[in-house]
Amino acid sequence: MAEIVATNQTILVVGGGISGMTAALEAAECGKQVILVEKNPTVGGRVSQLYRYFPKLCHPTCGMEINLKRLRANKNVRLMTMTEVTGVSGDAGNYSVSLKINPRFVNENCTTCGACGEAVDVQFDDEHNYGLGQRKGAYLPHAMAYPQRYVIDPRIIGTADADKAKSACPVNAIDLNMKGESAKLTVGAIIWATGWRPFDANKIQPYGYDRIANVITSVEFERLADPHGPTGGKILRPSDNKEAKNIAFIQCAGSRDRNYLKHCSRICCMASLKQSTYVREKFGDEGKASIYYIDIRAIDRIDDFHQMVKNDPNVTFVKSKVARIDEDKSTGNPVLHGVNTEGYQRYANPHDLVVLAVGMEPSVPVGDFPIKVTVNEHGFIEQDESNGAIFAAGCSSDALDVNRAVQSATASALRAIQVVNRAAGMEG
Amino acid sequence: MSANTAVVERYRNSFLKEVEANVEEGQWVKMCMQCGVCSGSCPLGPAWDHPPQEIFMMIRAGKRDEVLTSSSMWMCTSCYNCIVRCPRELPITHIMHGLANYAHRLGIAPKNQPTRKFAKLFWDNLSKKGRVNELKLGIALYFMNGLVSGIKTALKMAPLGINMVKTKRMSPMEYFGGHGIKDTKGLHAILKKAREIEAAKMQKF
Repeated sequence: MAEIVATNQTILVVGGGISGMTAALEAAECGKQVILVEKNPTVGGRVSQLYRYFPKLCHPTCGMEINLKRLRANKNVRLMTMTEVTGVSGDAGNYSVSLKINPRFVNENCTTCGACGEAVDVQFDDEHNYGLGQRKGAYLPHAMAYPQRYVIDPRIIGTADADKAKSACPVNAIDLNMKGESAKLTVGAIIWATGWRPFDANKIQPYGYDRIANVITSVEFERLADPHGPTGGKILRPSDNKEAKNIAFIQCAGSRDRNYLKHCSRICCMASLKQSTYVREKFGDEGKASIYYIDIRAIDRIDDFHQMVKNDPNVTFVKSKVARIDEDKSTGNPVLHGVNTEGYQRYANPHDLVVLAVGMEPSVPVGDFPIKVTVNEHGFIEQDESNGAIFAAGCSSDALDVNRAVQSATASALRAIQVVNRAAGMEG
Repeated sequence: MSANTAVVERYRNSFLKEVEANVEEGQWVKMCMQCGVCSGSCPLGPAWDHPPQEIFMMIRAGKRDEVLTSSSMWMCTSCYNCIVRCPRELPITHIMHGLANYAHRLGIAPKNQPTRKFAKLFWDNLSKKGRVNELKLGIALYFMNGLVSGIKTALKMAPLGINMVKTKRMSPMEYFGGHGIKDTKGLHAILKKAREIEAAKMQKF
């Protein structure tokens, strides 16, 4: 591995999702030296797991493509995948950072020909599809993965499968003796862009995510709709692989609830409105969506989108927080129970599939930060002077949609630039 | 009061403030965001005229008579399902009991509501001597719905009662006086004082 050059004029960006990439590129395009570390084998984060964006319904691959082009073109960014931050110490303008670099077992000779993947037999749950499908022990995380390079799952090291992969490789790219490394850097400022994770739906006991096959989460539904997903873009329900044409969306699954997440996760209303258009896209007039909500929070300008969906006769809005879900054992249909508060009718509605619009929680739990940072009561990083030159970008600062996450990332890049400029003596 | 002010009086919307001031845990009512999860979670929900979240809305809409004369809050069995699921942690069960108690205190609670009748029997029994006299309470319950059904129930239960006397689980002498705490006068003084304090706290609306 080449030596990592970093000084107190370098900006470290932790996390290579849409926010981290944006922050790194904005700073790098201003001429700053940036190190972008990503825990996974590829950049792109949760955005690469979406089928479409709201409100324009374009595909995230498009925006990703632009960012990857910027990343490839920029010499100021040093990208380190499969790398985790294990320790941070120091102050603004002079941080010492410890990194742990996990082995990929595949070097830069890889041409993504896929021969290793074909040779390997063992399969694991596919993280990219939230475990809805399986992938091989030698794999490319997804079609848009960057770097475009295969990964050997560490669980097959030492098995016959690892040797099969190695002998199948025509370009001698597989190095089974690759070892994990650690590194220490000095940087001037740190942008924390570790993003979010979906709230654990198992905790919402009355909704039965853990025991009813046809209750899934909104992030899983994105994968079902995606042509690159486990079903090739067909909306098939997990219990019997039948097409799910009558789908319920449950809002505030975990959000705005003092038992789970206190905050409003802000994206879920728009996400469900967007996902209702997937149902119509796939099934036409046969597709029916029902949205169970407390109140729809389609923020400011995107309320137009809300109105558009509302005008769709196949989309029903039910003003009710669903009390519980049980399963019709003969059909596998989840049955939703509750009271429609517009008219106070009690309902027991069967649906083919239920999608829980799960909330966003910060992916780094409070207390797991390698250095003291000020977080709010929801675990998101506050903009606070005591954080020195550690700035949060995107969803590590708040529950944000992609648009706002990118704005937040640009803001944090500007803040970090000011710090390294001071370190360079370019400012007062 | 002129006809005009009488109409205004009917529509004045101070009922929420009244509930906040005079009903136990009433200050929580304004926190309800009308999601309906309490009503959907209530095991007796279909039997209520107005499930909890509807009651909260009616309070805010100033429907004083409809709420306080309703039998709904007397239907609560304190299963706590609503409290557990309420996203805003409203103590719904306690509010229901608070409303029922307030309606009773004002004397406008439904007279023949069985829960209310039982609560009254229980309280009168308990407060007399500071201990529940189970024999008297049991017999009073037999006759809660009239003389005939009371005699029928009493005859049906007689073998059980005799067995309980035989095994010394119950003394028939309890019917005459019965046991109590040492200082019944003190207890009555405490209860009187408590009633005075509560009455002084009651605000007029």
